[in-house]
Amino acid sequence: MSASMDNLYSDVIIAGVGQTPVGEHWDRSLRELAANAILAAVKDSAGLKPQVLYIGNFLAVSASRQANLGALLTEDAGLNGIEGVTIEAADASGGAALRMAYLAVLSGAVDVAMAIGVEKFTDVIGPESESFLSQMLDADYESAQGLTPLSLAGLLFHRYLHDYAPDRKAFAGFPEVAHANGETNVNAMFQQGMREGVYKKAAEAAEVLNLFDVAPYADGAAAVILTRQDQLPDGWDRPLVRVIGSSLVTDTLSIHDRPLPLVWDAARLSIERACRGAGIMPKDVDFFEYHDATSLHAVLSLEAAGFASQGQGWMLGNPDVIGLDGQIPVATFGGLKARGHPLGATGLYQAVEAAMQLRGEAGKNQVAGAKVGLIQSLGGMASTAVAHVLSR
Amino acid sequence: MSETMNNEGIVNKPARPVGIVGYGAYIPRYRLPGTEISRIWNGEASPGPVKEKAVAGLDEDVITMSIEAARNALARSGISPTQLRAVWVGSESHPYAVKPSGTIVAEAIGASAHIQAADWEFACKAGTEAFVAAMGLVGSHMANYAMAIGMDTAQAKPGDALEYTASCGGAAFIVGPAEEALTTIDAQYSFVTDTPDFWRRAHQKYPEHGQRFTGEPAYFNHIVSATSTLMQNEDLAPEDFRFAVFHQPNEKFPSRVAKQLGFKPEQIEDGLLSPLIGNTYAGAALVGLTAVLDVASPGDRILVTSYGSGAGSDVFVLTAQAALPERRDAALHTQDYIARRTEIDYATYARFRGKIAMK
Repeated sequence: MSASMDNLYSDVIIAGVGQTPVGEHWDRSLRELAANAILAAVKDSAGLKPQVLYIGNFLAVSASRQANLGALLTEDAGLNGIEGVTIEAADASGGAALRMAYLAVLSGAVDVAMAIGVEKFTDVIGPESESFLSQMLDADYESAQGLTPLSLAGLLFHRYLHDYAPDRKAFAGFPEVAHANGETNVNAMFQQGMREGVYKKAAEAAEVLNLFDVAPYADGAAAVILTRQDQLPDGWDRPLVRVIGSSLVTDTLSIHDRPLPLVWDAARLSIERACRGAGIMPKDVDFFEYHDATSLHAVLSLEAAGFASQGQGWMLGNPDVIGLDGQIPVATFGGLKARGHPLGATGLYQAVEAAMQLRGEAGKNQVAGAKVGLIQSLGGMASTAVAHVLSR
Repeated sequence: MSETMNNEGIVNKPARPVGIVGYGAYIPRYRLPGTEISRIWNGEASPGPVKEKAVAGLDEDVITMSIEAARNALARSGISPTQLRAVWVGSESHPYAVKPSGTIVAEAIGASAHIQAADWEFACKAGTEAFVAAMGLVGSHMANYAMAIGMDTAQAKPGDALEYTASCGGAAFIVGPAEEALTTIDAQYSFVTDTPDFWRRAHQKYPEHGQRFTGEPAYFNHIVSATSTLMQNEDLAPEDFRFAVFHQPNEKFPSRVAKQLGFKPEQIEDGLLSPLIGNTYAGAALVGLTAVLDVASPGDRILVTSYGSGAGSDVFVLTAQAALPERRDAALHTQDYIARRTEIDYATYARFRGKIAMK
């Protein structure tokens, strides 16, 4: 990673955004979901035609037996012949695709780039889906031993409870805030708040983690168009949102190869570097779209970003701290927990939502006066971490 | 779903009014508690989606059980078995792939030989499909009496979620002229699409299912579409019914679909047997109906909506007649069968249901 790129002020702007609702779309195919998001983003950009399409996707090859999405999705959206390719980083694929689009425009090699995240998780059902998801872990040392992303998170959560002895009840705050925000997001998978007392009575998802501690895997597609100001078409009149920081960092694939399993270095470094590139500190952001794949991910993401010390992230599980009016709003449209976790598409949903916040178009989900946003997508157990800083 | 579907004449009305002339349930006596299943598969006894399920004994199958239900139906009908012109059995566990269950049932109850007797299959709505055909045979004046049976000894895959509910049991109905009926059948409508939510190939021992796909796109879509279409066409509302019986794979689904359609819990409780006997598959909606008929009063309007995977729903609107209280005590009530219970453990269940590999 060239040092000069880290410090370069970029005028890469988000010209258009589009998304489908997140959910179990039994009757909609991978290509249909993608085309809907692509066309929505093109419309939102007042008709900008992308020259390249970076596709964030994790499971199409396994679940839909479909590779070569670069050719498929470009053609299906009426963009025959443009440059298209899939970028894969497990459930950080969306964030990674966004980064590729950012680099393409930043470098000047491309004028208009689109990043789309798409996932059709429901093309596979039953135990097979667990084995496909486990591809985000180490095939030889983790999934071959029977570990799945959920069970591994459960083991790590057990470790967190052992090492730091937090108040177990405090973790309810993370899904509660997520669901409160999801209530007013028309594209969210779950548009209901959590009723009083349900967290305590919830069924187990993976020993120690309960049903409300785990984000639902889902289908969906979201897209953003990046360009420079001089490329904007006549009649384009959206509030200007810039991508001012971007960083992708990898860690060891397996948790067992890390000196401290509960300190996610890649998550920390990606935020530090994205913020440094943007010329800000993490605490300067007005909201944080974090990768709350589980309540453990939420807590460790907050610690990695420096919003809490090691072992104290759980104390932030409170709407006064992380609610829309709090000190550091998270999951402003429901996050992975309530908006849903369409895996490879999630990173682009975060980008679309952040753009809407900064445009002042978030409606009931608006963080008042939002000027700078931080979004972070994690692959697996933060083996890959990709962060972006957006600003108005 | 085509938006331009022609909705004319979609509710089925026979040429002459028909009704249920006799009915009878059969539920085997053995019960396997949900706690036994979780004890074996989860290492600790914990409650399942239903309290317990009915299990057929070593010498029982869909044919023997159909015979018992058929005899109950004949007892309530007062007709001679030789007056039947069809004995149709709907099931997903017919003992033979080729040789209809109905031929043996008909012979055993004395209905042979001037009859029809083919097997019916449409997953859990095989029995109600046979019922509709019986309405057609009688309603067209081709025959005066036809018997339709829904009965199953459902194949429960060991360790699968459905093992908690896949159970044994069902009911027989004799359809005849409305003038002689215990209940009239006032309207009937069927809604069927190609929806592969649950299936079994010919040489497979256990069915497979689409997990979450079996919910909204399958069970709920078909029951809601069928019921609301019929009610709309017939200008009926939930308040017009005293009882409603829905296909009951567990307790949650029928309770939720009833609420979705605007029915109250009191309307479905008499016909909701799955919490105590499990899901009797092709027998489910029909055996729920028998429990309602055991307590209904003349004039009560009853809604029945079955659901069969693959998928589709049959809806019926029935009105209880004066003859019902007079003739229903001629055979065992459904609650009598439910109360007749012998608890078994998982080992006995595995032996009874042929799950132990003998070679």
